[in-house]
Amino acid sequence: MSHSAVDVVVVGAGAAGMAGAVALAGLGLQVVLLDEQGSPGGQIYRGITLAPLSRRDLLGPDYAHGNVLAQALASSSVRYEKGAAVWQVTRDHQVSYLRDGRLHTLQAKAVLLATGAMERPFPIPGWTLPGVMSAGAAQILLKSAGLAPSEPVVLAGCGPLLYLLGWQYLRAGVPIKALVDTTRPEDYWRARRHLFAALRAWPYLRKGLELMRSLRSAHIPHYTAAEQLAVEGDEAATALTFTVAGKAQRIESRCVLLHQGVVPNIQFSQSLRARHYWDADQLCFSPVVDAWGELDVPGVFAAGDGAGIGGAQAAALQGELAGLGIAQRLGAIEAGQRDPRAATLRERLALNLRIRPFLDALYQPREENRIPADNVMVCRCEEVTAGDLRKFVALGCAGPNQAKSFGRCGMGPCQGRMCGLTVTEVIAKARGVTAEEVGYYRIRPPIKPITLGELAGD
Amino acid sequence: MRTDPLFQPVMSEVRSTRTVTLSFNDQALEVPAGISVAAALLMSGIHRFRATPVSESPRAPYCMMGVCFECLVEIDGAPNRQSCLIEVADGMRIRSQEGARDLIFQPVSVQAVEVQS
Repeated sequence: MSHSAVDVVVVGAGAAGMAGAVALAGLGLQVVLLDEQGSPGGQIYRGITLAPLSRRDLLGPDYAHGNVLAQALASSSVRYEKGAAVWQVTRDHQVSYLRDGRLHTLQAKAVLLATGAMERPFPIPGWTLPGVMSAGAAQILLKSAGLAPSEPVVLAGCGPLLYLLGWQYLRAGVPIKALVDTTRPEDYWRARRHLFAALRAWPYLRKGLELMRSLRSAHIPHYTAAEQLAVEGDEAATALTFTVAGKAQRIESRCVLLHQGVVPNIQFSQSLRARHYWDADQLCFSPVVDAWGELDVPGVFAAGDGAGIGGAQAAALQGELAGLGIAQRLGAIEAGQRDPRAATLRERLALNLRIRPFLDALYQPREENRIPADNVMVCRCEEVTAGDLRKFVALGCAGPNQAKSFGRCGMGPCQGRMCGLTVTEVIAKARGVTAEEVGYYRIRPPIKPITLGELAGD
Repeated sequence: MRTDPLFQPVMSEVRSTRTVTLSFNDQALEVPAGISVAAALLMSGIHRFRATPVSESPRAPYCMMGVCFECLVEIDGAPNRQSCLIEVADGMRIRSQEGARDLIFQPVSVQAVEVQS
């Protein structure tokens, strides 16, 4: 095990992490950027430095933009370590990670968590079957390996990423069998009050409208207000079934891609016992941060989607802001120099976030797809259903941590990542209390699995 | 067990000139270099990566970003490797993980015990 001291450790080389690390290094600080992947970019810009031009062109200009950040990183003094699985961050800024089978520990003066987003679980009957994947997973296959479904695919759910993937598939000549949209007329009604703010973010809104238009003009069967989604199949997916206005529908496909938005990846901020709050608009937990992204753990900052969903451009701005905040804290910059720079960033950030309330309201995942029926698997690892959870509640289980002892819920290899939000919401509904009151799993290191042998350093 | 691949390269994709040869359950597969093990298996017609320890139901990658742990396979004798995070390498020996035989997660404080079924 190797120990060394640095000024700042940044965890995650996505939009926020790259921008934050570059800003910090630019102010003369010694920065180590740790990332689990083999190349920088996070999920949004996955494989950006490796993707051939044809693939970059296919994925569109927003993806290609990631190269600006990646180039800035490459020409900076940041020590970027790829393939680094961070398994522990402590409250006194020690960061431990596994790389090439060896353990390393860095002692930093400050830590920037830029752990990004993960897709919201989509618990419906059959969602554990091979052939069912998240839309984000399919997009990663496209970005990192140039792969797409080999037969007409079904896209189901709601949210920008789902439509973007549809658009990218159209450009790639990948046949789409159906777009099964869960968005209902009342969602448009609810989003209406945020339309004025969204109109002031016209470039973003226009992009979305153009995307939807191209999907429509491709004459893909588009079902809206779909309910009672379920995947059929024994050993693998064979069809997606659902209802529209009470009428049963069935679409055969071996490949069903689900998506209903993204949520912050909060494993590290949770493991640090930082304060979190339930975001009632985004329906997820986010860490409480100050104007610079600092958690209520001194010297630990969070930026980007891991601190609340804002998208890639907002993430990069937040990364830079956190960088300024940290640099001032470490004495690399005076508050008088920091604040004018920050003011410009904050202006751009505000502009960037104007579209969010509209998107959050319009694509709010519907309750039946977040708080599923009794027969639906919630914890995929330990195979605990929503019905099991409700039985636990009837026996006195008050929250996610007790659900572990009642039935191993959340105790499998994913450590509750995939079921955490569902478990919170199922228990909250069953108890008739708020998600905030029920809380989240108590996350403990190792955040990534490591073996005894690796810990012993042999 | 191989069937028609669920994923294939998109048309605009230039065929990779560099390939590596690996094996899945002793079956040789030739795949492009530089991609993840999970991507390589999916494009080679592997649908079932493992079976769950609880009910032995079949599973395959769900998130492709290291969150879901559904893509766990055995690589070169080491169990529980996240195949979506590991790049393919020449000569890699990959095996599916079937049911309760495999220890799924090894907490640091507990000695690993392999239980043969």
